[in-house]
Amino acid sequence: MNAPQANFVRTSMLAPSQPPTLEKGYIAWFRKNLFATPQDSVLTIIAILLLAWFLPPMIKWLFIDAAWTGGGRGVCATVAQGGSQPEGWSGACWAFVGAKFDQFLFGRYPIEERWRPTLVGILFVALLVPMLIPKIPYKGWNAILLFGALPVVAFFLLLGGVFGLTYVETPLWGGLMVTLILSFVGIAVSLPFGIVLALGRRSKMPVIRMICTIFIEIVRGIPLITVLFMASVMLPLFLPQGMTVDKFLRALIGVSFFASAYMAEVVRGGLQAIPKGQSEGADSLGLGYWQKMRLIILPQALKLVIPGIVNTFIGLFKDTSLVSIIGMFDLLGIVRQNFSDANWASPVTPLSGLVFAGFTFWLFCFGMSRYSGFMERLLDKGHKR
Amino acid sequence: MTIDATIPPGRDKSTGSVLNDPKVRGYIYQGITLLLLVVFVYWVTDNTIENLKRANIASGYGFLNGRAGFDVGQSLIAFTSDSTYGRALVVGFFNTILVAVTGIITATIIGFLIGIGRLSKNWLIAKLAMIYVEVFRNIPPLLVIFFWYSGVLAVLPQPRESMALPLNMYINNRGLAFPRPIFDSGAQFTFYALIIAVIASIAFVRYANKKQMATGKRPPVLWIVLAMLIGLPLVTFLATGMPISFDVPIAGKFNLTGGSVVGPEFLSLFLALSFYTAAFIAEIVRAGIRGVSHGQTEAAHALGIRPGLTTRLVVVPQAMRIIIPPLTSQYLNLTKNSSLAIAVGYADLVAVGGTILNQTGQAVEVVSIWIVVYLTLSLSTSLFMNWFNAKMALVER
Repeated sequence: MNAPQANFVRTSMLAPSQPPTLEKGYIAWFRKNLFATPQDSVLTIIAILLLAWFLPPMIKWLFIDAAWTGGGRGVCATVAQGGSQPEGWSGACWAFVGAKFDQFLFGRYPIEERWRPTLVGILFVALLVPMLIPKIPYKGWNAILLFGALPVVAFFLLLGGVFGLTYVETPLWGGLMVTLILSFVGIAVSLPFGIVLALGRRSKMPVIRMICTIFIEIVRGIPLITVLFMASVMLPLFLPQGMTVDKFLRALIGVSFFASAYMAEVVRGGLQAIPKGQSEGADSLGLGYWQKMRLIILPQALKLVIPGIVNTFIGLFKDTSLVSIIGMFDLLGIVRQNFSDANWASPVTPLSGLVFAGFTFWLFCFGMSRYSGFMERLLDKGHKR
Repeated sequence: MTIDATIPPGRDKSTGSVLNDPKVRGYIYQGITLLLLVVFVYWVTDNTIENLKRANIASGYGFLNGRAGFDVGQSLIAFTSDSTYGRALVVGFFNTILVAVTGIITATIIGFLIGIGRLSKNWLIAKLAMIYVEVFRNIPPLLVIFFWYSGVLAVLPQPRESMALPLNMYINNRGLAFPRPIFDSGAQFTFYALIIAVIASIAFVRYANKKQMATGKRPPVLWIVLAMLIGLPLVTFLATGMPISFDVPIAGKFNLTGGSVVGPEFLSLFLALSFYTAAFIAEIVRAGIRGVSHGQTEAAHALGIRPGLTTRLVVVPQAMRIIIPPLTSQYLNLTKNSSLAIAVGYADLVAVGGTILNQTGQAVEVVSIWIVVYLTLSLSTSLFMNWFNAKMALVER
């Protein structure tokens, strides 16, 4: 059978015509995202002018004019200030950061013993990385090693005094090491304590509820620096004579107290979001209080508040910088202490050191917040309405 | 009771079952907890009294009447080293309030601008706002304070080479000098006029709201209120013969003379708290505006309301309901963070208290004063928040 041929019907598709030049490519993108309306155009131009005013000097200061190498303040000071740079020079003094880098990491920890914190760091990373990657199995063992075994190993390795290791007293500890220890312990202590406090605050027993509420509200109502002062000044007063608490331990206690109260409120938010039916269902199955909490309520509640928990961690990590006020040398403290080093003192040294410390803090906090976003998407099973 | 009948005869219901009664168990647990707490508190108090006795420190608040013997850099009320410790603490409290209030105002302005900027359709503005938020949210406030204090303000030129700013202000490494208003006699009338204008404005806004409700027409509120707020004090000011003049700082050969100076301590703390908190406020504002469902905007457009008015009358009022509670807690955070003043030596409550603590050793008393002051601030804030939530809560059918 012959299909009727109609010459006026096209047999092939016509190639689509090009979109108008104004609707494609860079031009369209610029029109849509930068110059959509007159106000938009004005804003864009103001922003570009701002960037042009701000960005080139910053890049010049940070990279081009920066002193990358050198053995002393000479490279970071102008001739009038007793250095070798031309008059009017200003740039970052990365040579200072480079020369003091080991100190920024370990504080005044004895140089020949620095393999010990390094080893702890390697162990920490080796245990933390598999913990963070969801696909790797044996999470339970991993957690036991990370939160149970590592602190014990780290304690003996860092402090020494046994197994033939030299004793290194805590005032010698410093730098990023102290920041990380404080936040790790704060995190590891505050999560269980926070959960207990949150459960206590929602308990049906009035005495327990009152104690927990008072603790949480007082700690949350006052600044961390007063908590640290309390820990460093009042703790020795509270203890009988002859019993002393190490300064580092005092800071640890203060930080952990503070973080626990905040964590408790975050966890309480999660507990409140769980419908009552879950609890009643567990009751009708005959589960006891702790079984109910451990198997039914807490897994759901904690999952709900992961963003809040990580935000508390980030806050805690940033807050550890406050221990420099009570005379300890965390990362920020040791950087500031080195400003007064006569070998390196110059007008640009403080800013360079602070930019370095800020960048380090930023890296850790930003990493944590990104990871929390990732976990949130992973755990989102679509129950959310 | 009917249950009694189910208990088999010969078995006493009071034996054995008491310990399994959750109520009884609850009492036991609470009793044990209370006992432990009492023992712990007694032990601590006993040790403290013992330790204080050994250190020869008299407990009690009598020390507040002692001579301070130190000077504070900046004070809102008269203070010399001969004043009492109590007055020093009051100075510190006022300084805390000063930096908190100024910081809150600036942080709110910057935060709202950045928060709205993050939602802008303009790619460049949105990205810049995002970078701002991500940078400031992720570094410690203390570092920001030091950034301003030792990184920026300390390397400014000497007083004799002060940099001139607009409005007759100068900035150097000793701080910011600005014109100081001098109030001659009669100046108080201008303030009275301002207060009257504020009251009248509030009354007028209420009247306008009522009129709009009744007739659907709204009087030109903005212009009339502006005219009242600016016009009334200005007229009074002119009528009383311009009793307010300014003591303008003048750049001399070696130093600035005249005007008022705020030190770099206050400036760095104020700038750091403002910039740091603004990042958090920006996120709150963004979440608040995003929390208003898009249907609201579409419905408003469908009713023929112009975009500007839609934002003002439909989106913002609903967004504010979401924004205000977390915003209040950010204000509280800023107030608490102002205690970082001690790091740069600005004499706030904690810094002054710390000095007193070092001088007198009255740790318990000083810490208790800190706790009471900060707790009062935070409890009154939560009272306000509860009141606000009750007032703004959606009344649903």
